[in-house]
Amino acid sequence: MPGKLKAKIVAGRHLPVMDRASDLTDAFVEVKFGNTTFKTDVFPKSLNPQWNSEWFKFEVDDEDLQDEPLQITVLDHDTYSANDAIGKVYIDIDPLLSCEAATVISGWLPIYDTIHGIRGEINVLVKVDLFNDLNRFRQSSCGVKFFCTTSIPRCYRVALVHGFVEELVVNEDPEYQWIDRIRTPRASNEARQRLISLMSGELQRKIGLKVLEMGGNAVVGYLQCFDLEGESGLVVRAIGTACTLDKLSPGTAPNTTTHTNTHTLPNTAPTSNACNSPSKDSKEPVFSEDPPHSLSGPPTPLRTLPSSSPPPFSPSKPCSRQSSSSDTDLSLTPRIERFVSSPGVFLCPSSPTLSFDSPSLPSSGLILCSIGSALRAYTPPPLPSVQSEGSVLRKTVSFSEELMLAASGMGSGGSVGKEAGPLKTLLRQHTQSALEQREFPIFTLTCFPPGFLVHVGGVVSTRSVKLLDRIHNPDEPETRDAWWEEIRQEIKSHAKALGCHAVVGYSESTSICEEVCILSASGTAAMLNPRFMREGCLDTGGSDHRLSRQPHPGMVGSERGEGEVSSTWLGFEDASPPSCGFVHIPYDEFNMPFPAQLTYCYHCRRQKVPDVLFTTIDLPAEAEVTGKGCLIQARLCRTKKKAQGEVNATSISNLLPFMEYELHTQLMNKLKLRSMNALFGLRIQISVGENMLLGLASATGVYLSALPAPGGIQIAGKTPSDLSYDQHISTMQKRIDDTIAKNKELYNIHPPECIEEVVGSPIPDRQRSSRLFRSTSESSDELSELDLSHGKKDAFVLEIDDTDAVEDIQSLLTDAPIPAGFYSCNTEVMPGIHNWTSGLQMFTSVRVYRLSNANLTNQGLNKIFTDLCENLLKSLYFKLRSMIPCCLCHLNFTVAVPEEELIQVAVTAVAMSFDKETQQAADKALTRGSGENEEQLQFSMEMCGESTISNNQPTAKPSGVPESAMVHSSRVSSSERCSPLPEGRSRSLRSTRSLPCGAPVTVVKMTPLSFLPGTRIVKYLGIINMFFIRETTSLREEGGVSGFLHSFIAEVFAMVRAHVAALGGNALVSYSMKECVFMENPNKNQAQCLINVSGDAVIFIRESDQEAIPPLLTSRQTSSTGADGTT
Amino acid sequence: MSMELDVFVGNTTIMDMEVYQLWLDGLTVSDAVKVRMDEGALLECEANPEVLTSDTMDQFRTFQMCERLLHSPTKLGSQLLYQIPAQNQIILIERYYEFDSVFAREVLGKKLSKGTKKDLDDTSCKTGITLKSCRRQFDNFKRVFKVVEELKGPLVENIQRHFLLSDTLARDYAAIVFFANSRFETGKRKLQYLSFQDFAFCAGQLISYWTIGAMGAPTVPDSMMEDMDVDLEKEFLNELKDLKVLVNDKDMMDQHKILVCAALRGKIKVYKLMEVNFKNLSRALINLASKLTHTKDVRDLFIDLVEKFIEPCRYDRWTVAEITLFLTHYTNAAHCLGTFRHQMIWDRYMGVIKSCILQMYHE
Repeated sequence: MPGKLKAKIVAGRHLPVMDRASDLTDAFVEVKFGNTTFKTDVFPKSLNPQWNSEWFKFEVDDEDLQDEPLQITVLDHDTYSANDAIGKVYIDIDPLLSCEAATVISGWLPIYDTIHGIRGEINVLVKVDLFNDLNRFRQSSCGVKFFCTTSIPRCYRVALVHGFVEELVVNEDPEYQWIDRIRTPRASNEARQRLISLMSGELQRKIGLKVLEMGGNAVVGYLQCFDLEGESGLVVRAIGTACTLDKLSPGTAPNTTTHTNTHTLPNTAPTSNACNSPSKDSKEPVFSEDPPHSLSGPPTPLRTLPSSSPPPFSPSKPCSRQSSSSDTDLSLTPRIERFVSSPGVFLCPSSPTLSFDSPSLPSSGLILCSIGSALRAYTPPPLPSVQSEGSVLRKTVSFSEELMLAASGMGSGGSVGKEAGPLKTLLRQHTQSALEQREFPIFTLTCFPPGFLVHVGGVVSTRSVKLLDRIHNPDEPETRDAWWEEIRQEIKSHAKALGCHAVVGYSESTSICEEVCILSASGTAAMLNPRFMREGCLDTGGSDHRLSRQPHPGMVGSERGEGEVSSTWLGFEDASPPSCGFVHIPYDEFNMPFPAQLTYCYHCRRQKVPDVLFTTIDLPAEAEVTGKGCLIQARLCRTKKKAQGEVNATSISNLLPFMEYELHTQLMNKLKLRSMNALFGLRIQISVGENMLLGLASATGVYLSALPAPGGIQIAGKTPSDLSYDQHISTMQKRIDDTIAKNKELYNIHPPECIEEVVGSPIPDRQRSSRLFRSTSESSDELSELDLSHGKKDAFVLEIDDTDAVEDIQSLLTDAPIPAGFYSCNTEVMPGIHNWTSGLQMFTSVRVYRLSNANLTNQGLNKIFTDLCENLLKSLYFKLRSMIPCCLCHLNFTVAVPEEELIQVAVTAVAMSFDKETQQAADKALTRGSGENEEQLQFSMEMCGESTISNNQPTAKPSGVPESAMVHSSRVSSSERCSPLPEGRSRSLRSTRSLPCGAPVTVVKMTPLSFLPGTRIVKYLGIINMFFIRETTSLREEGGVSGFLHSFIAEVFAMVRAHVAALGGNALVSYSMKECVFMENPNKNQAQCLINVSGDAVIFIRESDQEAIPPLLTSRQTSSTGADGTT
Repeated sequence: MSMELDVFVGNTTIMDMEVYQLWLDGLTVSDAVKVRMDEGALLECEANPEVLTSDTMDQFRTFQMCERLLHSPTKLGSQLLYQIPAQNQIILIERYYEFDSVFAREVLGKKLSKGTKKDLDDTSCKTGITLKSCRRQFDNFKRVFKVVEELKGPLVENIQRHFLLSDTLARDYAAIVFFANSRFETGKRKLQYLSFQDFAFCAGQLISYWTIGAMGAPTVPDSMMEDMDVDLEKEFLNELKDLKVLVNDKDMMDQHKILVCAALRGKIKVYKLMEVNFKNLSRALINLASKLTHTKDVRDLFIDLVEKFIEPCRYDRWTVAEITLFLTHYTNAAHCLGTFRHQMIWDRYMGVIKSCILQMYHE
């Protein structure tokens, strides 16, 4: 009995009228936890009852405390008939279970009814007395802190990052139980809400247990999702990153709020120095013994397969793994599509034919092979066509060459693996234990403590199409678990192919239509600094793999390779300057997993960097960016024949690779058009509907100073004979060039002119080496012909011979420019903007379009979809125009196909205004600093850091007033007819006008970001994770679908704010609306909507409130940074 | 392709006050879009008509959802559903309760009943104000009336406390409530030239000087006074009968006339006519006072003032300055009558009548 939960019902207000006769209500309250229920007295005839109840005490297990919500029901007493429910409040007790979070829940909470919405408010007090249970076998995990924030929370310091935690719970969906036929919609909705609340509690508890097992005390980047699988059940799953966090005492808390380099860099430098020496010692031996054993078979098969693979297939397994990894390098590959049906397993390679590719590519047909009883499907041995996608995705034009490269890389890797027998086993023994502990070197974080990220490889992603089947036994959610495990393995092996030992910025998602489900996962392959990890865990695994990719040492000059290896490992210590280290390639330049043009880093000139970098993470604070960034979106719509079951799944998986390819091409083109060279926060969503697939890729494009300047886009036609055609092409070319020039101006991208250095022009170098390397593989002879590699950097050719390309170009040029004064990005902050004011506005916008024309072509659909997104953005800009200059941050688009012919787009973002004048100053400082050497950079950052601080304080605008009170009086206003009342009536003058807030409501800010500009988060109060259902049978009366959804979203916001305020907080950070499922039946006048939101409740204080502390702190930090920089 | 659903919800509710005004004016979405386009909204942020329509619809919906709260403005501050900055709340409320004086003039003195509401379409035609806006304004009057009717204490303060209105607007509402309660006749053709402002001023005067609360009653706590501002003080009205002596007592009347004439001789152009008409004018004012015990005559206060006093003067082409002088000396002269003992009542009566007449004496 380790916990006592106490609740007190104080009062109610604004209750609805339940008794028409008296226009009043006889309200009482039921308080329920688990199976225990208490009741208050009836407070007769009042809409503002004062119950002032005793303390209701529940003596319960802490396990229950974690799982169950406290359920408060407000009812209207009726002497003659059954009592009518007014509404309910579910209170998550979890924040009270951690000593560092909230201690009491107290405040006005909205009373919610799934049919009527919010019906008044109730004032409650909830406390928990927890007795510590030190039982080793306990089932509870009280005290583990959860954060939605995908970075290290602001008032904590990370001691250790333990790694990936995941859990999944399944149940039957109450909506689909037989009993649903006889119960009311309200009862059914409430059963569902309660069940999901229970399931998330259970999930959190189980994840907490895993964290405790790993020795951690917190989960960061906690991402919980629901899969409403309909008939087949309800899945609640969560992933996160287990960490050990140390709370920073207030005095030492780093001032990280303004998010400038100055603020983040300083506090890390000393720590990294401190930790370097020990970690170096432990790692050195590993490196030195590595080169000889080139272990190549990824370690994956060693341990993850036993669950499923039948013996006959095991030999092929490593091979298939390898193949998958080699082609996914760049991520966007949906390659391994498998779908499971109950009788057997079918397997189909992702891409039967690639229409876009050159004739030289072998096309592979659809292969279906039945595997009888096995539950798991296998990828076939590497297929050339499969390979091509990866390469194609990387770069459009020269993909034949790349194909070969990728294929050969794969081949050699495999062969080396076989040769390295004894040594490999030795190493395996060495690494296996480490890997045992860390099955998935995956991190949900997107923002890292400085120094954590060593190198970034690129995006890795996997999609898999599955057929849903009823979950027979909720207690053993094995199928779903296995699916996800498979996908994570896939991701892991992709990362390996990129020469990386870890995946960061990882997320998972699903899209369900009827019985088909697309599971997606994506992340960024990266090399991490092992000092944040447990000893000898990740690093060994990673390094061994990394080195394994080094091909036949004798041939390509091993000294080079070795040099690179060591620098890679020691990079974070001395070799790589912090501002460019992460862009240096983690993979081996002579055995690249995909083709890329490598150059020497434009910043340090020592390491190789790719020409373009795609990632899912946020822009690292230390990254040096030229100019500003912008949101880049690729949108795609593909029709699909309606089908059932396997046929449907097959057709979807056949479509996926094409979609990914096209999305990627679009992204690439748009990136070039903006003259940028890197994407951050890339998120590709593919949604499935009955007769179409929607693809939406969003990312923030930036110009990384360390990467080479992107070349322009060149348009080429294949039939140069026609004069008018030539003209057409040249006008197109001109438009594109103009746009690029305009964009450069707009985003302030003026990279310092780069002197082409003689230091071994990297490209020919690469070619030489790759040829050398290729000669070892079988397919060397074709290379010379297929080599389309364009000598210098300027070569991105678009051929407009086929309609596809024309479409591409059209879409390129039709993207509406952002109105002046606006910037947008989907990352936490906009690179190049530092001096935020405190004016901020979080919003959600949802649109549903009905496609009236049933027979739309792909192109027509694309146009519609693109227009939809563009118009939505335009509307947002217009709506937020009063905040100019401002930036829409964390723009998160979600697309869905709720019904045939319906497209739903939901956007959540935060608009933050900034200061124009100081902005320019900061810009200048930055541009001056960029491209110059390190000391100067430090200096400039110092400058801009100080200017930010000094400017922040005076310019702090009144919070929460985006619409600066626009007083306009165009009509007879009362002032004009002020009646000159004679004096002598002092009485009326006495009444001073009070603000309309008798009991002031706490203003609660909400933001999808992990911080609030101009403020400091002093306390995390716990996670908010709420699920609501709203249903109506009087849709027209509630203002139609828009009115219904508008009020529902407003209600959800209100409830979130109220719960945050009740915890004692004044803001919700890392807010996200993970689910917004909307269903309507206008004929029946009905609609239903489900919304799931989450975030971290926090207390923040204004920076200006803490007097002179921050500047003092900052100056100390900057000076220390300067010192570090010189050492 | 059609937009099935289009929603924008901000954590802080975004409200464009210009659109709010269009909504209050009762425009339809498409009309409002036209107005906004004419005002150049398209020039902002590279908007297009589609964007503007979407924004207008969304704003209108927001206002409609907030309307419920505006009906009891004190709730707006304590509700949790919409996070609206305090300054915006004040503007929202103030604007919602603002009214067109043309409309108010029409409704003034009418019973705020369902019947009147049904006739609003006529009012709408006559005033050119949309029916929707008329209904809102009418409902506002009625709502304020209903709430204040039951309450004790000073009228303006009650309105301010319950509806959080600015001082000037609260006074206007007090006038409306006062007129609706006493049902003063304002609709007669002869009264048509008077504006709402004229009546509101008069109402202010009546509230300030002729009600129970008017004389300060400093010792009585507010809560003890019933309807102190809404109804005229009965006792005072009864005492007004005593003023009859000024016309009934021939000597006194003559004396009064002599005093006034002495003071005005050479000072006004209409002196001759005044001398002739003095008795009629004086009788009109005194009779008016003595009749006020009857509710019917209270209702006719303004029409009587116009018919019995203002019209004769206007006929004789008195100027405002002349009337001011006349009324001043007419009032003061009574003090010099040795036998006249109702000085207090006289001042209380004439003070209000004088300022009312001066306010009402125009074309």
